[in-house]
Amino acid sequence: MTTTAVPRLVEQFEHGLDAPICLTWELTYACNLACVHCLSSSGKRDPRELSTQDCKAIIDELERMQVFYVNIGGGEPTVRPDFWELVDYATAHHVGVKFSTNGVRITPEVAARLAASDYVDVQISLDGATAEVNDAVRGPGSYAMAIRALENLAAAGFSDAKISVVVTRHNVDQLDEFAALASRYGATLRITRLRPSGRGADVWDELHPTADQQVRLYQWLVAKGERVLTGDSFFHLSGLGEPGALAGLNMCGAGRVVCLIDPVGDVYACPFAIHDRFLAGNVLSDGGFNNVWQNAPLFRELREPQSAGACGSCGHYDSCRGGCMAAKFFTGLPMDGPDPECVQGYGAPALARERDKPRPAGDHSHGGRRREPVPLTLTMPPKRLCNESPV
Amino acid sequence: MSAPAQAGAAEFNPDDAWRLHPQVAVRPEPFGALLYHFGTRKLSFLKNRTILAVVQSLADHPDARAALRAAGVEDAQLGPYLHALGVLAGSKMLVPVAPEEAA
Repeated sequence: MTTTAVPRLVEQFEHGLDAPICLTWELTYACNLACVHCLSSSGKRDPRELSTQDCKAIIDELERMQVFYVNIGGGEPTVRPDFWELVDYATAHHVGVKFSTNGVRITPEVAARLAASDYVDVQISLDGATAEVNDAVRGPGSYAMAIRALENLAAAGFSDAKISVVVTRHNVDQLDEFAALASRYGATLRITRLRPSGRGADVWDELHPTADQQVRLYQWLVAKGERVLTGDSFFHLSGLGEPGALAGLNMCGAGRVVCLIDPVGDVYACPFAIHDRFLAGNVLSDGGFNNVWQNAPLFRELREPQSAGACGSCGHYDSCRGGCMAAKFFTGLPMDGPDPECVQGYGAPALARERDKPRPAGDHSHGGRRREPVPLTLTMPPKRLCNESPV
Repeated sequence: MSAPAQAGAAEFNPDDAWRLHPQVAVRPEPFGALLYHFGTRKLSFLKNRTILAVVQSLADHPDARAALRAAGVEDAQLGPYLHALGVLAGSKMLVPVAPEEAA
C-alpha cells in the first residue's frame, strides 16, 4: 500500500472507517517452517479452521464492504488445499490478493500461472540476506527455498514480487544487500518491524534492533526508502526527524483501518495482537465480519480518542502517538506509556523494571516451541489459478 | 500528494477528456473517498465530496473543466482541484479518453 501523509485524514482514520482499507487474513496455522519469531505461533493446523464455504462467504462480505484487497498469510497459506480456489474466488469478486509465503509451493508451474494474473501479489519472506542470518531465524533450508521461489517467479516473468523482511538485530546491517537482492529478481523490498507477538515474545529481547540500530534504520529509510515498502510499521521511529520524513500515515491502524481474521474466524485488532485482550469477535458466531468490524465494543473503544498517558508531556507524541499497542502489551508495558523501542529512550528504563509479560493466546507450534522445521504432508497441487479480473 | 508522475502516465490537460482508469475502484467515505488502482496497487484519498463528484463524472463530460463546472467548482477555487486531478493523472488513476471515444 502506498500512502501519503495527510494530517487531517489521519484524524479521520483514527475515528475508524466503515470498512477496513485492507486486512490481514491468516488462512491456516499449518506451516512447514517454525520461525522463531512467528507472530501467530504457527505450526499445526487448527481443526476448527474455516471451511472453503466459510471463506467464500467472508470474501462475499469483503466485496460488499469494498475492501480492496486482503493480505493473506498464515501459517503457510499455500498448504491449504483450497488456497488457489480461494485466490481465484477473491479476485473474481473484486477483492485483490497479496499473499505471504515462504516459497515452498512456488514451483516453476505455479510461478508461470501467477505471472499470467494481474491481480495477485506475492510476498516472499526472507529474514537474512545470507543463508546464515536467515536460517538462524527461519530454519535450515529456508533461505534456499525463498531464493528458489524468487528465481522461479523471475524466470516466469512475474514482475514486482515483494521480498518481505522482518528487521532484526542481525539483519539490520544487511539492508543494502536486501535491496540488491530485490533488484536482482525484479522485486520490491518490503521491511517491517519485529513484534514481540506469538513466538516472537520469546526472542524479542535478543532479536529486536538496538537503539543505535534503530537510528541507522531510520536514516536508511529516509535516505534510501523511497522505493521500499514498510506497511507503515516504523511509525515509532518518526520522532527521530522532521514530521513527514517517513513515508506513510504513521499511525496505529488497529481496529480503525486494519484488522486480522485468523484461521478459525476470530477477528483481532491487528496481525500483531493475537490475544484475548484484542479479540473483537468471530465471523461465524457474531453475525459476520461486517457486524464485528462496525459494532464490536473493542473496535469502538479503539476508535475513541486515546490517552497519551505518560507520553503526554513528550514533545514527540504527535509524531509517534505512543508507538505500537501490541509491542507494549506483549512486553508487559503499560498501554498508555512509551513504546519499548521509544526513540527518546523512555522504553529502556520501563523494560528494566519488573514486568508481567502476558502469554500469547494460542500456541500452534509443532510439538511445543522449538526451532527445527517439521515436514508436513503436503496436499494436492493447485487445480486452478487466478485467471479472472477483479474489475 | 506530490508523487512524481509514473512512467507511462499522461500529462494532465484540463481541456482534454479524462476518465477513471478501468482498474480503479472508488469507495466513498464520509471525508471523500478512497481510490484503489488494482494495476499499480496504489491507494489514494479524495479529500472531499466535491472532488469525488468530479472524478466520478469525468467520463460524462467532453473535458475536465466541464466536469468541474458541473460539480459547482467556481473559477476562483479551481487551483486545488486542477492540482488534485493532475496528481491523479500522474499516478495513472485517471487516463485520457482517446479522441475518437470522446463525446
